[in-house]
Amino acid sequence: MTGWIDTIIQGVLLGGLYALFAAGLSLIFGIMRLVNLGHGDLIVLAAFVILVLTKGLGVNVFVGLALAVPIMFALGYALQRFVLNRTLGRDILPPLLVTFGLSIIIENALLEVFSADSQRLDAGPLETASVALGGDIAVGVMPLLTLVSAVAVILALNFLFYATPLGRAFRATSDDPPTAELMGIDNRHIFSVAMGIALVVTAIAALYLGVRANFDPTIGPARLIYAFEAVIIGGLGSLWGTLAGGIIIGVAQTVGAHINPEWQILAGHVAFLIVLVLRPRGLFPRAVD
Amino acid sequence: MEYRIATATKTSRASALIGIALVALLAALPLFAGRALVQDLIFVFYMLALAQLWNLLAGYAGLVSVGQQAFVGLGGYLLFALTIMAGLDPLLAILLAGVIAGMFAFPTALVVFRLRGAYFAIGTWVVAEVYRLVFAQVKQLGGGTGTSLPVAVTNEFAGIEWIKALFDVRTALARDMATYWVALALAVGAVLAVYLVLRSRRGLALAAIRDSEVAAESVGVDNFRVKLTIYAVTAAGTGMIGALIYLQKARISPDAAFSVLDWTAYVIFIVVIGGIGTIEGPIVGVIVFYLLQSYLADFGTWYLILLGALAIAVMLFAPQGVWGFLSRRFGVALFPVQRRLQRS
Repeated sequence: MTGWIDTIIQGVLLGGLYALFAAGLSLIFGIMRLVNLGHGDLIVLAAFVILVLTKGLGVNVFVGLALAVPIMFALGYALQRFVLNRTLGRDILPPLLVTFGLSIIIENALLEVFSADSQRLDAGPLETASVALGGDIAVGVMPLLTLVSAVAVILALNFLFYATPLGRAFRATSDDPPTAELMGIDNRHIFSVAMGIALVVTAIAALYLGVRANFDPTIGPARLIYAFEAVIIGGLGSLWGTLAGGIIIGVAQTVGAHINPEWQILAGHVAFLIVLVLRPRGLFPRAVD
Repeated sequence: MEYRIATATKTSRASALIGIALVALLAALPLFAGRALVQDLIFVFYMLALAQLWNLLAGYAGLVSVGQQAFVGLGGYLLFALTIMAGLDPLLAILLAGVIAGMFAFPTALVVFRLRGAYFAIGTWVVAEVYRLVFAQVKQLGGGTGTSLPVAVTNEFAGIEWIKALFDVRTALARDMATYWVALALAVGAVLAVYLVLRSRRGLALAAIRDSEVAAESVGVDNFRVKLTIYAVTAAGTGMIGALIYLQKARISPDAAFSVLDWTAYVIFIVVIGGIGTIEGPIVGVIVFYLLQSYLADFGTWYLILLGALAIAVMLFAPQGVWGFLSRRFGVALFPVQRRLQRS
């Protein structure tokens, strides 16, 4: 019994990581109806940025993350401003294909620079620290911190959305771009800021990805798929739903792995398909696509 | 005054004749060309066939899938299962793999058709991943590491003895020739099938859906049914091509058979470079792709970076692709599907 409870707790914590992967994707879709197929590779890119900063400057991973944040924001802003803004419109093909191309470019550029070797971010003694919950169950400090960060990111994004002038501009452009422009909002700038913020979230996700397990340039697409599944399970446009979606995928994976280690990933996908068939609009839908 | 609807043009009649001559030439090619060229052309043919089908799906039916590797891999694995376990002839197995892949399209559609647009795209990818993970569990077909076709299967399919006797060649060459003709048949078949679909009533429905789903529905087009049919037809075709690909490779593994890069990214590249939403586009695209592949594939990662950058540049600055640019500039259509009103 303890084994199962432990499995589910680990799954919930893993769900925090998937929610972090998904929050950026959800944000971008919510504001500009853009689905970024390069999202997973951008997470991996952020992990490499943190790796280079921590190794190069010899600093703690959290300092590395703090330094990576402005870099990722600038990258996101430029990416949206100079490339992705040109693809927005009625036709869904250009954004899909451009971000798909971007995914291939990022993955292969990382392979070129860093080779296919596995890398890892070093969080020092925090990596092995754990908190006892009683009854033979203990949780790692890092996984716990992952879930806490996911909740904090979602709280911060909700605050940004509903309690700041920038958030009001985000919601206005999302609801009705032409009218937002008439009110003096520069949509192209707003979209670029949104992508910058999404990549900041991506950098936070990358920190926990890199500390939790080995990563290499080819793992991006799988992260995109987990993120996507969390968004769809949660329902489009709902950040708390995305957290719930991430947790469902996380629990399904750890439970699957508990039964047979080969079933871990498959169990996550199956949970997604079941939700999709039973509740096509997700568990907590807010937006309509 | 009498009017009639015409689709053919002078150019298209001329190009049809040239096309027939070209296909005849290609069919005769293995009799005098070297083995390396024959093998290269097998690759060109199956990529062309995959590109035509993806183009029908994405360019005409608006179903942008990045999960067609599901059906390539399924076809490949069905070939292995049908020949190794059921002892069928490989050529029969290719046909049957197509039929079964087409049937698998229905439960797959049940899931992915619940998603729209870009979400449909990633949904198809998830389903392809599920297929990959499930086949990795099938121990009889090699599990996660994959398996090889026994020599008895690769060397003894229908017609091989006949080819050997007729052209006086060794088994290996006869095998290549047979594969070559099947690949050519699939490529020509895919081009013709897409052309005929687009010229049919269903093609008109497709064009209507592409232009406006709501308007199409309002004049009586059953969007769901049309899309489902196209999805199943392309799945069947893609499954047959997958079976052929793995008959030639003679070795299969889940990671290769369900590779998003090999069976979807390259295919999308071909269609986008050539010109999406045209039948000529994938033909132009596959030639460009083959040339790039022959000269630059040794550069590995740089080659892929270049392909990605080219696709992005085309999408941003010339979304109609090479063929779209040419046909707009010079007003030519080799496979006209546009209906024009003429005085008779």
